[in-house]
Amino acid sequence: MMIKIENLNFIYNPDSPFETKALNNINLEINEGDFIGLLGHTGSGKSTLIQHLNGLIKPTSGSIIVDGVDITEKGADLKSIRQKVGLVFQYPEYQLFEETVYKDIAFGPKNLGLDDSEIDSRVKKAMELVGLDFDSLKDRSPFELSGGQKRRVAIAGVLAMEPKVLILDEPTAGLDPRGRDEILGEIKDLYNKGNITIILVSHSMEDVARLVNKIVVMHKGEIAMEGTPREVFRRAEELESMGLGIPQVTYFMRKYKESGNDVSSDVLTIDEAKEELLRYLRRNGND
Amino acid sequence: MSDTMINLENVNYEYKSSEGEFMALKGINLEVKKGEFLVVLGHNGSGKSTLAKLINALLLPTNGKVYVNGMDTTDEEKIWDIRRTAGMVFQNPDNQIVATIVEEDVAFGPENQGIEPREIRKRVDKALEIVEMTKYKKHAPHLLSGGQKQRIAIAGILAMNPECIILDEPTAMLDPTGRSEVMKTVRKLNKEQNKTIVHITHYMEEAVEADRIVVMEEGQIVMEGTPRQVFSQVDKMKELGLDVPQVTELAHELKKEGIDIPEDILTVEELVRAL
Repeated sequence: MMIKIENLNFIYNPDSPFETKALNNINLEINEGDFIGLLGHTGSGKSTLIQHLNGLIKPTSGSIIVDGVDITEKGADLKSIRQKVGLVFQYPEYQLFEETVYKDIAFGPKNLGLDDSEIDSRVKKAMELVGLDFDSLKDRSPFELSGGQKRRVAIAGVLAMEPKVLILDEPTAGLDPRGRDEILGEIKDLYNKGNITIILVSHSMEDVARLVNKIVVMHKGEIAMEGTPREVFRRAEELESMGLGIPQVTYFMRKYKESGNDVSSDVLTIDEAKEELLRYLRRNGND
Repeated sequence: MSDTMINLENVNYEYKSSEGEFMALKGINLEVKKGEFLVVLGHNGSGKSTLAKLINALLLPTNGKVYVNGMDTTDEEKIWDIRRTAGMVFQNPDNQIVATIVEEDVAFGPENQGIEPREIRKRVDKALEIVEMTKYKKHAPHLLSGGQKQRIAIAGILAMNPECIILDEPTAMLDPTGRSEVMKTVRKLNKEQNKTIVHITHYMEEAVEADRIVVMEEGQIVMEGTPRQVFSQVDKMKELGLDVPQVTELAHELKKEGIDIPEDILTVEELVRAL
């Protein structure tokens, strides 16, 4: 077990007129090697939840156990927790600050007190993981790069900490389709290399459907659904009532089935839909 | 009176910096009719924002001519008339709001135009009504959601009574709810208020309902047509790094496998019927 959240509650501005219950009795287990898609409407509590996972916010009540350590206890070693759980915020490029790409990515490892050769190898490795060319970019100012490249530098800065859990809060927000596909591809490759647990906060059902192996849906500060993408996207009506949806191709297969065609509507991607339709249409055509 | 709102004739635009020159637009010819809902698609760096700024006279063409309602954007005497005719909404709502109360923010534009207070009052009320934000008129903008802020920015433009509104990726920083609120408003401006719309985006969902789409790549217009004509060219769109609706792509894949269906499917309902 990587992370175990038990009876977690969080209240913003307690005992004031602005009191808001942001998280309501959250119980969640995240296993080593999970790739989780965290879905939910704006204001559902997603960001509040992920900020708890590396100790940026202290819960009002409840416990969070990361790799065997209860991080909500007094005196918990937050430094080592933040090394274990890397958090990439929304629009992380706004947090770049150093003169060069190299220095920016090296900032975290340097603060860990690592020696220069270790820092060097980590920066190289992190840049490679996000598809940035080390030799041509290391001495450039991060501020003169394109939006997509800036974002990669920011993600590399977190990867250089070699976290066991990587949390990304809408890493593709504001990117064009090509930039989105590139970043998601890099995240997928990183996951496939093994040894990492990923939590991806996203608004795109299509992206989540083809990437993750588990989905957690939040609604009004609670966990409303949990399961494989197939299990979760079967519950289309419930998702819609929460202001979410299902991938268009899944929606199509449901409609097609409803109009009297004997197909499985349990598809998540265009490829799966194509296979299922070809099977159905060809069999019918041969009758 | 001519029925052309915007006309670009052989427009080039070159950015110059210490590191050299960069040709952002190359030989653009584009005519936008009055009342048209035009979507400009293209990925980052394709030149679409440069195009928007040229229409608003924030940039002037290096070569060629840009006309807004017949006015040449290089004519300095016309610059305020041009900006009054073609109002612009930008990507980041936080960069466009200047006042601490919603209705004061919306009044900012007409106040600067020297319009008399009673008329400003009328325009502000009407603009807020159109974007459906009347009940927030006394609120502080920074406490609103992204979609609400962007609608306030649109109301601020509406209060200046432009005939044409240019929106430069107004939804890029919004969540799905905010995006659909803004798109609903944009469609309403076009259909009910008869505004000419130039909507710049990289979200293909927003282009499906346009009258016409132009696709930009490397500073040039590489595709042009109705949404059906443009999206049915699935391979070309993918090559350009752009999305098509999932059902359009599915239809395209099925056709490749020899299934007899039309290629220009745009919606779920159309595909259900076609199969």
